[in-house]
Amino acid sequence: MIQIDHVTKRYGETTVVDDVCLSIPKGGVTSIIGANGAGKSTLLSIVSRLLPSDSGSVTVDGLDVATTPSGKLARRLAVLRQENHMSVRLTVRELVAFGRFPHSGGRLTSHDLDLVDEAIGYFELTDLADRHLDQLSGGQRQRAYVAMVLCQDTDYVLLDEPLNNLDMRHSVQMMRRLRRMADEFAKTVVLVVHDINFASCHSDTIVAMKNGKVIAQGDTAAMMSPDVLREVYDLDIDVHDLSGHRIGVYFS
Amino acid sequence: MESVECTDSTGGRPVRGGSPDRGRVRLWHIVTGGVLLVLSAFGSLFVGVAEVTPWGLLHADSAAVLVFLESRVPRLLAILLAGMGMSVAGLVMMHITRNRFVSPSTAGTTESASLGVLVATLFAGSEAVFVKMGVAVVFALAGTFLFLVILRRLTFSDMILAPLVGIMFGAVIGSVTTFFAYRADLLQTLATWTSGDFSGVLRGRYELLWLAGAVTLLGYLYADRFTVAGMGRSFSINLGVAYDRIVNTGLVLVAVITAVVVVTVGDIPFLGLIVPNLVTIVLGDNLRRILPVTALTGAFFVLICDVIGRLIRFPYEIPVATVVGVVGAGVFLALVLRNRNRTA
Ligand SMILES: Nc1ncnc2c1ncn2[C@@H]1O[C@H](COP(=O)(O)OP(=O)(O)OP(=O)(O)O)[C@@H](O)[C@H]1O
Ligand SMILES: [Mg+2]
Repeated sequence: MIQIDHVTKRYGETTVVDDVCLSIPKGGVTSIIGANGAGKSTLLSIVSRLLPSDSGSVTVDGLDVATTPSGKLARRLAVLRQENHMSVRLTVRELVAFGRFPHSGGRLTSHDLDLVDEAIGYFELTDLADRHLDQLSGGQRQRAYVAMVLCQDTDYVLLDEPLNNLDMRHSVQMMRRLRRMADEFAKTVVLVVHDINFASCHSDTIVAMKNGKVIAQGDTAAMMSPDVLREVYDLDIDVHDLSGHRIGVYFS
Repeated sequence: MESVECTDSTGGRPVRGGSPDRGRVRLWHIVTGGVLLVLSAFGSLFVGVAEVTPWGLLHADSAAVLVFLESRVPRLLAILLAGMGMSVAGLVMMHITRNRFVSPSTAGTTESASLGVLVATLFAGSEAVFVKMGVAVVFALAGTFLFLVILRRLTFSDMILAPLVGIMFGAVIGSVTTFFAYRADLLQTLATWTSGDFSGVLRGRYELLWLAGAVTLLGYLYADRFTVAGMGRSFSINLGVAYDRIVNTGLVLVAVITAVVVVTVGDIPFLGLIVPNLVTIVLGDNLRRILPVTALTGAFFVLICDVIGRLIRFPYEIPVATVVGVVGAGVFLALVLRNRNRTA
């Protein structure tokens, strides 16, 4: 379980994460939604120890992320930020293989290599595996990053807008993969998504943030209501039941 | 619907950018490189003013044996150790600063080390080699650290500005050094640290370089962590690598190697910049794979430059620093222009 307890983060005078208390149960997919600047990425960074909070604490399975040795946490929790700029020139395979670093420290076992190959295969990167990252398209690069993070094979996976730059098919594949990780391997997946319909179709729980606060949280069906969504986005969104899913329509 | 398709001449197979083998280090690459290096190294032993031939050695020509053991072999070892050390130091530095133009020559590291040697000489005399080295390490560390602080303050996006700032920073430290050396009447001595030269290497005067060799080897143990550090702070933390600690480890490694080289043979400018850049352009940045290649290339490069320096005005010698400087400046310019073209 991820327990977020009275976490606050300020930049100067502005409070970007405001006394957030939240618990994310073990197992399942949780989507965090909210407008630009709501504080989603900041919260995710604090939970994944990439950013120190000003006050409050975060524990993952009882381990305080601020004090637990980073190497130990790296075998339990993996994170991918919203934007990634990598100046080192690595091939896709090298990058994905580094996902095994917390477990094997660079000496890859055959089990590690299997995981690397599987991830590269799943994200359709096999033909690109020996290319350098700077020779890929934006979406291909994003898939490589996600493949690396999933290769870490951690109980908790935190992804900030993993669908960035992906086309429709790869978006769906990515979400199915996350769903399967939760269903078959009891992983806990937390992701930030902007497309509420992806959140609706693939997550168990939705957490909504606004102005640094968690303003609503609940199971997906309850959260996919026009009232909640209006509150979150200040936008009127029709919600329809389509093929067993609740789909928001907001394009016109 | 009509499909729009361009068929290519390779029989419909998708054309891939570059062959898949590009950038792979194969065993035969290393072996070929190693054999070439050994051959050149062997050849270099017989290049010099005093006549030394394999034939003479076999016939126990005692003068030749003396020159060979006291001067030629130590010189060769010094060249190889310094070449490997400085190239690997540059490679590590480029990863921990995430800028491929930051190296000991472009971050004030060598200039700080020279200042340290001067300070040690002023206070402890010129014979205390270990004191000189120790003080040089401390100064090299402090200078590089200061440069990194300046670098963090100046948040510019242009990669090329960082080494320019570093070169200016190094020039400032260099002038301070020159000023005090002038005051203390040590300008001549100063030149031996600021201008690398292997002609003075004799048995008993180069052995400190083995320390640089050992530290270079140590660098290999950290290779993966340096690569991770090169991915940036977030990736490092995610992979459980203590980012700040690994950056500091790298800095110490760079400072020790640089200080040792400056104390024993003098600064070899741009070596730590060009060799790692040439290697990484071809082979990528995975340190575990390319660190040995960089070390070999660096040794080879310095060896060739030193032999050129020995031959070009025979029987006089041109210091290796001058040869490397001329070749290096050209290569550096080419790299900068190449980078401009790629990012433009
Ligand atoms: N380094 C910083 N300094 C000052 N303000 C910052 C900094 N980083 C983020 N902020 C501010 O904090 C707020 C929350 O940012 P955050 O990145 O968490 O938003 P987000 O919900 O992820 O938005 P988006 O959907 O656009 O990714 C924003 O208003 C942003 O301007
Ligand atoms: Mg964000």
